[in-house]
Amino acid sequence: MHEIVIISGKGGAGKTSITGAFAQLAQGAVLCDLDVDAPDLHLLLDPKKESEHEFWSGNEAIIDPAKCEKCGLCFDMCRFNAIEETEDSFQVAPFRCEGCKVCVEFCPADAISFPKRHCGQWYISTTRFDTMVHAQLFPGEENSGRLVTLLKQEAKKIAEAKGFDLVLCDGAPGIGCPVISSLAGTDLALLVTEPTPSGIHDLKRVAELCDGFKIQVAVLINKWDVNPELSDNIEKYCQSKGYSVICRFPHDRAVTDAMVNRKVITEYDNGALKKTLETAWADTVSLLKSK
Amino acid sequence: MIYAIASGKGGTGKTTVAASLLSLWDRPVTAIDLDVEEPNLHLFLNPEFDSVEKAYIEVPEVDESKCTLCGACTELCQFKAISIMASTLLVFPEMCHGCGGCLAVCPEKALSPSQRELGEICLGKSGDIRFIMGKLRIGEAMSPPLMRQVKERFITHDSEEDIIVDAPPGVSCPAVSAVIDTDCIVLVTEPTPFGFHDFKLAWEAFSPFGKPMGAVINRAGIGDDTVNRFCKEKGIPIWAEIPYDRAIAEAYSRGAVVAEAVESLQETFHELRRNMRKATETSREMNNA
Repeated sequence: MHEIVIISGKGGAGKTSITGAFAQLAQGAVLCDLDVDAPDLHLLLDPKKESEHEFWSGNEAIIDPAKCEKCGLCFDMCRFNAIEETEDSFQVAPFRCEGCKVCVEFCPADAISFPKRHCGQWYISTTRFDTMVHAQLFPGEENSGRLVTLLKQEAKKIAEAKGFDLVLCDGAPGIGCPVISSLAGTDLALLVTEPTPSGIHDLKRVAELCDGFKIQVAVLINKWDVNPELSDNIEKYCQSKGYSVICRFPHDRAVTDAMVNRKVITEYDNGALKKTLETAWADTVSLLKSK
Repeated sequence: MIYAIASGKGGTGKTTVAASLLSLWDRPVTAIDLDVEEPNLHLFLNPEFDSVEKAYIEVPEVDESKCTLCGACTELCQFKAISIMASTLLVFPEMCHGCGGCLAVCPEKALSPSQRELGEICLGKSGDIRFIMGKLRIGEAMSPPLMRQVKERFITHDSEEDIIVDAPPGVSCPAVSAVIDTDCIVLVTEPTPFGFHDFKLAWEAFSPFGKPMGAVINRAGIGDDTVNRFCKEKGIPIWAEIPYDRAIAEAYSRGAVVAEAVESLQETFHELRRNMRKATETSREMNNA
């Protein structure tokens, strides 16, 4: 069983458009959107939900104003500035509450309850390519590594049941909690970058993260022709680090046009773009097999 | 006033907009990069940093000679950061959220504060723009604690100086943490299905805060008109439209501030600045009335 995670550090580098194309080319992979905060892969793959599940994680503190004796201990102890003073009581600002339970534990009046938190929904769906596992956190929720881990496990189970050898994951931007969770136990991180100062800066940070976890890295330079000189620099950097550059993909409005038509690039374009991505996918697979 | 430049989807142009606004904003002005996972604003404003401070979060340290293995701390900890294994109390500092609960609950005073490095807070100047940036340590999972410390540098300030915040993408905890203490939110999007989908998420997430909010449509002319129609339907003002132009993408790829590099955009950003100011002042007057 293999798993590829497509990430980029910088948002908007083209992760999802590339994942969509690879979803078509893979033929026999479970697809998984690990960007549970602002997922977009479903916009290309038009999933039909087969099952829907609630995602519960952590708890939140709620002060009962009738029981609150206004001692202010919770206000003093909360490290997250989540307790606000109202006219006749204290209350918890849900978006600031970390769910640490300190106020609940120490409230002398037992005025604080601590219910579980329903943070989002997750789904198993069918698409025109293959099964897809995806989720949506509710706004403002902790961008949960636990949900990312859960999706990966579910995707793997389905792949095993179907006799597939591959799970293909679209990841989140950044280098924090959800990205770290998405990298756990993965076989190959495909980093999508672009020849801009932000693209390179963010590529280096996310690549260093992968190195820290000893995960094999491959790089795809998107919109390479916007700045060929910087693209050469990226390639030199990758060589020096031992990362394979599997593809230079051009800046082409067809990528947006495909998206508007709810198609992946390889469905929308039958020419050079498709060929470039077919080669990139073949190279990705051979990297995976050479491990 | 504090203005947040935010977006649901990454890569729609937050940093482009923030850098351009800063270039023509009335002085004095402060730039804050709160996208601590991938801060980019400094790449365009090239600040000189005169101080780089390490930021830490408090985590517990065990004095085994005092610990009686009573389990009060392990029972309280909600993050699996402290547990008893084979008659030893173990701390997993990477899991700790720094709530201080274990230290407060320990009856033996066997726990004392230690620390985990979160990253850096960089302070400097780009010309006459004061510049503050948080930079998460690579491998650190939690960005909100570092963001809180960066925010402490500016939300307490009571001067009339304006602040422009470059926020992280998304609509979950870090993004909300970036916009919650500001006076005005600029949502940068692009007129594509991805851009629209995430714009809608962001609008839904940030609307309950009741702050003045307007849209900037970047790369106008590509994609479709769904974002524009949605804005019209919901009464979201469009404060600026930046046309799709390969010359802009190329200027950005050279590290240029596009309002400076592309002359036709000067007025667009001045207009945006006026709209942001006006909306924020109107909202403040309404709140005071």
